[in-house]
Amino acid sequence: MRTTVNKPRSHMISLEHEAPSDLRHYYAQMLLLRRFEERTSEMYVKAKIGGYCHLNLGEEATIVGLNAALTPDDYVFTNYREHGYILARGADPKRVMAELFGKETGVSGGRGGSMHLFDAERHFMGGYAIVGGQVPLAVGAAYALKYQGRPGVVIAQMGDATTNIGAFYESLNLAKLWQLPVIFFIVNNGYGMGTAVERGSSEPNLAKKGASFRIHGERVDGTDVIAVRDAVRRLRQKAEQDHEPAILDVVSFRFRGHSVIDADRYRDAGAVRRGREKFDPITSFATRLLDQQIADQAFLDTTAQQIDAEVQAAIDFATTSPDPQAADLYTFMYATPVANTPAADDALRAVRINRGEE
Amino acid sequence: MSILTYRQALNRTLGQELARDEQVVLMGEEIGLFQGSYRITEGLLDQFGPRRVVDTPIAEEGFVGVAIGAAMLGMRPVVEIMTINFMLVAIDQVVNHASKIHYMFGGQARVPMVIRTPSGGTGQLAATHSQSFENWFAYCPGLKVVAPANPYDARGLLRAAIRDDDPVIFIESLALYDTKGEVPDDDYVIPIGKAEVKRHGRDVTVISYSRMTAVALQVAQQLDAEGISVEVVDLRSLRPLDRPTIIESVKRTNHAVVIAEDWYSYGVTAEIAATIQEEAFDYLDAPVKRVAGLEVPLPYAKDLSAAAKPSAHSLVHAIRSILK
Repeated sequence: MRTTVNKPRSHMISLEHEAPSDLRHYYAQMLLLRRFEERTSEMYVKAKIGGYCHLNLGEEATIVGLNAALTPDDYVFTNYREHGYILARGADPKRVMAELFGKETGVSGGRGGSMHLFDAERHFMGGYAIVGGQVPLAVGAAYALKYQGRPGVVIAQMGDATTNIGAFYESLNLAKLWQLPVIFFIVNNGYGMGTAVERGSSEPNLAKKGASFRIHGERVDGTDVIAVRDAVRRLRQKAEQDHEPAILDVVSFRFRGHSVIDADRYRDAGAVRRGREKFDPITSFATRLLDQQIADQAFLDTTAQQIDAEVQAAIDFATTSPDPQAADLYTFMYATPVANTPAADDALRAVRINRGEE
Repeated sequence: MSILTYRQALNRTLGQELARDEQVVLMGEEIGLFQGSYRITEGLLDQFGPRRVVDTPIAEEGFVGVAIGAAMLGMRPVVEIMTINFMLVAIDQVVNHASKIHYMFGGQARVPMVIRTPSGGTGQLAATHSQSFENWFAYCPGLKVVAPANPYDARGLLRAAIRDDDPVIFIESLALYDTKGEVPDDDYVIPIGKAEVKRHGRDVTVISYSRMTAVALQVAQQLDAEGISVEVVDLRSLRPLDRPTIIESVKRTNHAVVIAEDWYSYGVTAEIAATIQEEAFDYLDAPVKRVAGLEVPLPYAKDLSAAAKPSAHSLVHAIRSILK
């Protein structure tokens, strides 16, 4: 059994030119993502959350670094491991947790669940659960930005294994052929479910996979929030100003199994334990903040307390929120109403029969 | 009022919609410089330029996905898929994405796009180029599927489809492109989800859509001379399906024949027959009869190919069999 823990280490860029408030904000955001996911896992085990549930544990610097480089004009499309992305984008943790609980107050009205979060206002354009499906959509959004002459770029986030599906290559070709402002943001945590990158991809250096499309690719340490932010900033500028698409291979370490219910038996337990310690983006960043006297232990403690309270408030909100109503089963069926579509009355009747109430 | 072919009706409507709304763009393989595989987009590149009439590489999954993503940001792409057989290459984008985005995200995003594609078999195109898959898409909640049978409906439904805020699959037919009909010059729209009684009759209702409606009307005229009065219900929309119009007609004629080009088992005819059985059982004087494609990959050989497809002969045979 082989467990991939090799990854590029950034040179721990000096923080002296950074605004301390930004750095503290990154830390707080990363910690929010960590605690949100840990509590999500707990709620899943308590059966408050159903379906499939994929966590961003270990990917906090990747997500916060990406978000730090984006503007409100930019759009983000992701895969189904996306709780952290919508939170980083600024969605209310209460409404995100409510979606995981399947409540009417959730970010997708309880219709989407963990894999299908959405926040139109913050340009978070959805979690998509068919591997590769979101990539052409993101290219289409970039097409619209260019056509409409609007500022901004589009992030097509995906996992490492998505680079093996056909839609990825059609998307690369179209993005370059039409010179579109899109960044293919590959979250390379070393595994597609149980398949290590080199067992699934004949080219394990994913940054090179755009070469035959003449698309520039870079690899960055996904556990260093500053390195990720700076890489995205560079590529973003070229995408927005020159309509030059790019690939960013963001390498991190997956802390747990593929999803909450995955026992992770295909990885060596000792290597996973060592990986979690070695590649924890939050503890390493906290050390840097302390070493460089940007934050003190009191700040770290206070932040942790505030975030614990915020996540608990999200759980409380989700718990007490109402379920979607049967009469609204067809509410979002069509944007333009047309003749002979089912109405609320039909829904109520059918639901009552399905529930054995009639 | 003008006399136009089905092709001309589509072509002019696309041009008018491009002129009406800047967010409308056409996308597809060979639709620009080549003028369209079936010349539906002829002249539009010259008139509107490459920004509005976009030639794509052969990458159906990719460019259908691009159209969906662009629609989510407010554009109104009208995609041409050369034939419905190639829709299968893009089906993940259509079924797993376009049809679900509005509902699954709680109404926060819209997908105002049209996919135009000809369905059915004609001219010895053989097994992979003669299929009818509109039932695959009509099966899927979240999509709208329309299938006009004449130039008038083609124009009115295409306008409705382009102006609709949901993904619409617009089914055409190679065999209808050269058929002619009267088309008003005004800006009329035909509502999606509404069938039309194309011919009134007393003895039997024939339910059909697209090219089979043309066949049904021809048969109705033929049988009229024999004293058999045939009513023809043209579905026009497969999703939503106008069940009330079908049922009202069958309640009047007490006999029903359903004809479609797709394969017999699990096809459109099965859905219509089931609907009639559920909602008009007591009005039927005979079992509902179905006429559909014989269940083989369509062979190339001319006579064998024709023999495997539903025809005026098979429709006449079906009508006579239930009126005995």
